[in-house]
Amino acid sequence: MLKYKIAVASGKGGTGKTTVSVNLFYTLQKILNQKIQLVDCDVEEPNIHLFTKGILESTQDVIIKIPVIDKDKCVYCGDCAAACAYNAILFVKSISHIAVLEDLCHGCGACSYVCNQPDVIIEKNKKLGVVNSFVLPNGGELIEGKIEIGTALAVPVIGKTLKATDENSLRIIDAPPGTSCPVMETIKEADFIILVTEPTPFGLNDLKLMIGTIRKLGRKFGVVINRAGLGDGAIYEYLQNENIELLMEISFDKNLARIYSEGKIIVEEIPEMFEKYTLLFEKIKINLNEADSDC
Amino acid sequence: MKIAITALEKSKTSKMDPRFGRGAYFAIYDSVTKQFSFHENVAKDAQGGAGPKAAEQIVNLGVNKLLSSDFGPKAKSALDSMGIEMLLYSDEEKTVEQILLENC
Repeated sequence: MLKYKIAVASGKGGTGKTTVSVNLFYTLQKILNQKIQLVDCDVEEPNIHLFTKGILESTQDVIIKIPVIDKDKCVYCGDCAAACAYNAILFVKSISHIAVLEDLCHGCGACSYVCNQPDVIIEKNKKLGVVNSFVLPNGGELIEGKIEIGTALAVPVIGKTLKATDENSLRIIDAPPGTSCPVMETIKEADFIILVTEPTPFGLNDLKLMIGTIRKLGRKFGVVINRAGLGDGAIYEYLQNENIELLMEISFDKNLARIYSEGKIIVEEIPEMFEKYTLLFEKIKINLNEADSDC
Repeated sequence: MKIAITALEKSKTSKMDPRFGRGAYFAIYDSVTKQFSFHENVAKDAQGGAGPKAAEQIVNLGVNKLLSSDFGPKAKSALDSMGIEMLLYSDEEKTVEQILLENC
């Protein structure tokens, strides 16, 4: 039983993270006889469910505690505002003004902790999003995080999504784009990271940012080039100079785009693509076995 | 009355800083004492919530009226809640001294 956590990330948006995640999942579901979970951590716009067409089995809320300040009992000492690392408490002593800025609050609880007055700060629940679990027609599972509209805090939703996954399964985790906190939360405990990029100046620029971050985290990774044939050769030169493994190339092909836009699974439509993804997994396995032999 | 504007530098000849929450300095003119003063914006490098933090500083400095070419939504509601008069104003050519004297 393989228990790998394979994250799929990119830096640049729209390079094909979801395509690679979904197609790798369908490939493994065919070649491995074990539990596999597909995890959608792109919580601001999760879209894997459009391809997997599963049945929603359970939903749980993601909640943080935010402060409510009783202005009649408050002594306006300002300790709570000073303790807040996120500037979420507006406080001006001279005009006895205090207010919680809910959008900025991260729910850390520091304000309640430092408040010396009884019953001034009470906490209320704020819903940040949900974690949905789907059972899929091919027997696998999809765990999906989804943030509430108008909420900016993705990290707790991603954390709870990952917690809802099964440690005894092989997990393929679709990360959000970018290189900021939500991406770090998604990939920080991955065994292997597939970086999906495209051979354009934008793709290369964001790939470099992403690789700089991953190297700091000390994670194993390799690169998939999507839309190969587009752009220039700079990305290949970069990978060679940096000694980074090119795991797979997906050609810039109208037929692939058509299959994708119809919500179909490429590896189920094109046998050569199934072979490619099988080979991709073999390469990942070699990388991960190397890690084992190091121990 | 004290009127304020964000400034790029700490001088009367500075141009206005188009940003409020992350503007570099506040230039303030006191119409009673006829004095100018300059203050570094403590919130300019804040990770988040720069607007409301800068609004706190504006109130602490005793400002009544504030000019900026843009107020963010969080800054605007914070300033509103503390009774600061806001004026949308934009001019890249004039000095902050000219702007404050013309609008006080």
